[in-house]
Amino acid sequence: MTQQEERIVGQREDEYLKRYGFKDDIKYAFKSDKGLSEDIVREISKQKNEPEWMLEKRLTAYKMFVSKPLPTWGIDLSGIDFNDIYYYIKPGGKKSDSWENVPEDIKKTFDKLGIPEAERKFFAGAEAQFDSEVVYSHVKAELEKDGVIFIDTDTAVKKYPELMKKYFGTLIPPTDNKFAALNTAVWSGGSFIFVPKGVKVAMPLQAYFRINADKAGQFERTLIIAEEGADVTYLEGCTAPIYIGSSLHAANVEIVAHKGAHVRYVTIQNWSKNVYNLVTQRAFAYENAYVEWIDANIGSQGNMKYPSVYLKGRGSKGEILSIAVAGNGQIQDTGGKVLHLAEDTSSKIISKSVSIGSGTTTFRGLVYVGDNSSGAKSAVRCDALLLDKESKTNTYPKMQIFRDDADITHEATVGKIGEDQVFYLMSRGLSEEEAITTVVLGFIQDLTKILPMEYSIELKRLIKLDMSKSVG
Amino acid sequence: MVLEIKNLRVSAGDTDIIKGINLHVGDGEFHVIMGPNGSGKTTLAKVIMGHPKYRITGGDILVDGKSIVALSTDKRAKLGLFMLFQNPIEIEGVNFINFLRTAKGALTDSSVGVKQLMDGIKENIKKLRMSEEIINRALNQGFSGGEKKKSEVLQLSVLKDAIRLAILDEPDSGLDVDALRIVAENIGSIAEERKMSVLLITHYKRILDNMKPRFVHVMADGRIVAEGGPELINRVERDGYESFTAR
Ligand SMILES: Nc1ncnc2c1ncn2[C@@H]1O[C@H](COP(=O)(O)OP(=O)(O)O)[C@@H](O)[C@H]1O
Ligand SMILES: [Mg+2]
Repeated sequence: MTQQEERIVGQREDEYLKRYGFKDDIKYAFKSDKGLSEDIVREISKQKNEPEWMLEKRLTAYKMFVSKPLPTWGIDLSGIDFNDIYYYIKPGGKKSDSWENVPEDIKKTFDKLGIPEAERKFFAGAEAQFDSEVVYSHVKAELEKDGVIFIDTDTAVKKYPELMKKYFGTLIPPTDNKFAALNTAVWSGGSFIFVPKGVKVAMPLQAYFRINADKAGQFERTLIIAEEGADVTYLEGCTAPIYIGSSLHAANVEIVAHKGAHVRYVTIQNWSKNVYNLVTQRAFAYENAYVEWIDANIGSQGNMKYPSVYLKGRGSKGEILSIAVAGNGQIQDTGGKVLHLAEDTSSKIISKSVSIGSGTTTFRGLVYVGDNSSGAKSAVRCDALLLDKESKTNTYPKMQIFRDDADITHEATVGKIGEDQVFYLMSRGLSEEEAITTVVLGFIQDLTKILPMEYSIELKRLIKLDMSKSVG
Repeated sequence: MVLEIKNLRVSAGDTDIIKGINLHVGDGEFHVIMGPNGSGKTTLAKVIMGHPKYRITGGDILVDGKSIVALSTDKRAKLGLFMLFQNPIEIEGVNFINFLRTAKGALTDSSVGVKQLMDGIKENIKKLRMSEEIINRALNQGFSGGEKKKSEVLQLSVLKDAIRLAILDEPDSGLDVDALRIVAENIGSIAEERKMSVLLITHYKRILDNMKPRFVHVMADGRIVAEGGPELINRVERDGYESFTAR
């Protein structure tokens, strides 16, 4: 790395430390023993006072987790010491739907992150999770009247057992992969969203996930059900303090979009660089439904995340747009999967990745077109930008097409940041830092511009290495 | 602003491109450099501006008596050096007007509002016969050859208060006659208004119809092979560059 780039990378870390990487001393109500065993799984379920059926699911999943090997592809996961992680850490205080009642110490943390402030202005509802539990969730009264449910998933187990039994784990069974099994065994928190037939939620629902404790795992579980013709946008953000030891975040997210429904799921992943982020996200889209995953990955030390859409109904549509930024030492292994399982389905997978310093980005895409999927259309495009000689990028697009009439396009580009571009901008007075940032932001602009404004600004701010003068 | 180039030698990789050049542009003076393709004109302009690709292997570049070779490109721009690019660079996803605002802010060390800037720019856009929508596009991206040249002149006009030496690398190449006249008029009036020192690189006499250069230098193969007044331009036009090199 050049000195310049070292400075930029260093600045990113300082900046992270200042804004998100702080540690707060919190009084916890319960902390499970370190490591994982059947007893710990039972203890988690007991702490939550869960019905028997959920405990059964957990125990089955736990066995699968133990028996499944680590994936042999993707990123090196040997740095995860499963015995050196706390699987359940419950903050003090009670869940609350009013910010006032959140315990002071936790409130302080979220205040520093600017969380409730944003809610009032931009969101129809918000939820905040602190280590293992949701401490706050609130949805606007008029949405409640329309029958919109937005609560934490633990509460949903008790309040809406029928819906939970019907959908929970049906999109992502614990057999899917080791981390999906782990999540099912020890899950805690996450969002449960139900949007009734025909209801369109105009403003986004937001969730914020914070890991606070050292060696804490976070395993939230999210389920979104959009009934016929419903429309909802969900945004999630996440951060954590910087610790020496590794943390693990393994979430499962399931989305069911019924006939004609539209669900947009936006993630700004900004974990500190000691977190492994291993997340399974899957959506089922029924007739004419439309599901969008917008996935921005900036943080974590190692990330494996490939949101998928199963196009199960005629005319359904799936889009996965991902932005990945890998700084020094980071690996962003991301992409998307679309399975065309019905007629006239269409999909798009677009990925833009930026590697800085010794960062590595990897794109993995899968397009599957089943033999009953006539008229399927899919466009895959991945563009990578490398800022340094050491920076790396890989592309693994996979196509499994069982129809001759499928219309599939695939494009991939890899570019180095142009010396001439930087020179040009500097000749107009921009510093080298500003020039590089400008080129990077320009490169991902067509994806950032579709984010809700607040998020687009936040994302640019995160990427902007020198904040004072760069171009947006 | 005074520019002095003293016995300058430049190479890129293993190739020597500039092989000993001396040049003195006095304050407010208008100089022209002519020369066949590949003679090193663009390289000279980029080296004055500090392009990292080129290595100075001998000599010096001074501005108002001080060497600038250790300065980064943005520092040179802040001193008042401006380069109009023969081949303007396309920057994906970077909005032209935002870029202009950033550049203006950087060069004048003051912040300008988009609105304020827009009002100022409209006049310049009209003078250049450009369409207004261009400033909402990505910088140079997909611009036609003519639009790219005009985009450079627009930048010159927006940033003019901060410019004291304009290095203009073939602002006229690839333009039709009308565009050429418009570009020449605009450059001429901006340079005159701000009393800029000018180093204009061109192949053609036509752009000089509206501008009156005092000095003309002819470059070939990394050297200056002839120097004189405007009469040299006519000689180039009449006899071609070969008459200078084939001795
Ligand atoms: N970065 C570079 N590396 C190697 N050779 C170069 C480089 N830039 C320019 N050259 C060479 O230097 C010579 C002069 O180029 P240039 O300055 O563009 O000429 P002009 O502008 O007079 O047409 C050409 O032979 C060109 O190929
Ligand atoms: Mg040239």
